[in-house]
Amino acid sequence: MALTPVITAHWDEPDSHTMAGYKRHAGYTGLSAALAKTPDEVIGIVKDSGLRGRGGAGFPTGLKWSFVPQGDGKPHYLVVNADESEPGACKDIPIMLANPHALVEGVLITAYAIRASHAFIYIRGEVPHAIRRVMAAVRDAYAAGYAGKNVLGSGFDIEIVVHSGAGAYICGEETALLDSLEGLRGQPRLKPPFPATAGLYAAPTVINNVETICNIPTIINNGVDWFRSFGTEKSPGFKVFAVSGHVNRPGIYEAPLGITMRELLEHAGGVREGREVKFWLPGGSSVPMLTAEHLDTPLTYEDIAAAGSMLGTGTPMVFDETTSVVRAVTGWLEFYKHESCGKCTPCREGTYWIVDVLKRFRAGKGTPEDLPKLEEICAQIFGRSFCALGDAAATPFPAAMKYFASEFADGTRAAANDLFDPVAATIFSGVAS
Amino acid sequence: MALPDGTRERLSEIVARYPQPRSALLPMLHLVQAEEGYVTPDGLALCAEMLGLSTAEAAAVSSFYTMYQRRPAGEFHIGVCINPLCGILGGDAIWAALSEHLGIGHDEVTPDGKFSLERIECQAACTHAPVMTANWEYLDQMTVESAKGVVDKIRAGEPVQSTRGPVVRSFRDTERTVAGFDDGLADEGGGADALMLAGLNRAKELGQAAPEPKRG
Repeated sequence: MALTPVITAHWDEPDSHTMAGYKRHAGYTGLSAALAKTPDEVIGIVKDSGLRGRGGAGFPTGLKWSFVPQGDGKPHYLVVNADESEPGACKDIPIMLANPHALVEGVLITAYAIRASHAFIYIRGEVPHAIRRVMAAVRDAYAAGYAGKNVLGSGFDIEIVVHSGAGAYICGEETALLDSLEGLRGQPRLKPPFPATAGLYAAPTVINNVETICNIPTIINNGVDWFRSFGTEKSPGFKVFAVSGHVNRPGIYEAPLGITMRELLEHAGGVREGREVKFWLPGGSSVPMLTAEHLDTPLTYEDIAAAGSMLGTGTPMVFDETTSVVRAVTGWLEFYKHESCGKCTPCREGTYWIVDVLKRFRAGKGTPEDLPKLEEICAQIFGRSFCALGDAAATPFPAAMKYFASEFADGTRAAANDLFDPVAATIFSGVAS
Repeated sequence: MALPDGTRERLSEIVARYPQPRSALLPMLHLVQAEEGYVTPDGLALCAEMLGLSTAEAAAVSSFYTMYQRRPAGEFHIGVCINPLCGILGGDAIWAALSEHLGIGHDEVTPDGKFSLERIECQAACTHAPVMTANWEYLDQMTVESAKGVVDKIRAGEPVQSTRGPVVRSFRDTERTVAGFDDGLADEGGGADALMLAGLNRAKELGQAAPEPKRG
């Protein structure tokens, strides 16, 4: 399947991040077009497009917007989740570096549609250059009359605030993000109520991912039929895929949903010479790993689910056979343990115990009895926490057992670093081109 | 010790951005780090006072987030990503080498206050693995040698150019940016790099593009 750069189409122009660079390619014409319609018409178009959220969950965007009660007399808020922190996910930060005005234009159109007069872009604090570029884009949008009072004479008022997080993976979870944006510890809320009715400051709130928002101007400009000409019935549109790991040309590849991993891998130059795909994760460490036998699965929400994983953030991590599965899984669990916010006991305590036991396997000191123990702890966490972090933490081990049980058996007698030379797995070991 | 002149005014500027004052707390704490080099008791107390919180309430928030330092960070806060993808591709080796080279471990500061070191989790740059940061600016596709080279350069007082951003500035200067104060550096680092352009370049090579919409 061919590559189809849309959001990334002009990134090779050195000023793609500026107002001038963005306007050279129909920038902000989607805003004018949207303002000529009613907010409900804009919601209708996005609904008809079938756009699904690009942050990981894949929830239909237009439907999410339509849940915001109208005429309720309360302020409405738009919050952009720019807290990209999922291991493997590295698509929103490049978008904000190279194309921040697409985000700002999308924010303006979305805020108009959901009748919000205040929008927040919550960017993780550890990426100052993305913060700079988005702040500059917002400033320039105000100066051009696209943001602020009475946008382009339409009567629509919008304030945009660029907000920095401070280091907490959990704040990528939408309700934890809201607590964090309210100046609290970033801990998830019990749902319902959902943010669409009681979100920021207990008012109706839409939370969308950066890439999702960047799709909006293209849909308004080019229409539903054009958008649906990409992808499948259930997964329409294109996707900013980020391919990383043991591949020859890691990077950003934009293609229709439905491209297979084998095709994407070929665009990315394949796995480094002399090596093969051992396992890959379609969209972040929170989704189950797949193997070489799944390379022909189309990258859509429905096909990846049928294969036993999830599309997630659509940012495949690829590992070759030099990689120890035990080492990788232990590392991901150390991450979840570190990032568990501590609110729910199964996640807080369970991640601690999983890491403790997994480390034994990594050191070659696991026991056969440890395996059912790990499975039980994962089962105790899954579905028993407020948010998806608990489920995510309970995912890597069972997924790895499905395909690589023998490596855990090996972990009862030999250390991961003895079984798999860590030097061979590095990309400066001389194996790569 | 008193906070620098104008701190309260700058904190007020942050509060004014938000419809509800408490939303300003995270960027306010970043500003405290810009003024003081870490979240000092005085800085924390001032934030709490301005927002009508107890110091304990503000401290409970501050202690939740990993970017807030409880003692002075190094002038150059160095991060090495050890999350599995970066770690396996070389981050673990870089971490071990850098820790030895600097003589400090995770969350420690060199005696001269020049460097602090942190094992960081995913920096959203996996395509650019192994990734390192200096005061949170990207240093992409590192090797053991290039990582040591960065700290040697800093030690020698030479400028270090981040791979996707400006020349690395001090911890405090960067924290001022993160607190939302314009530093005029948005255009630094230029356009997208080769990895961000991998797909676009490949598409152009193959003559592939997104279909044009039918106008009518």
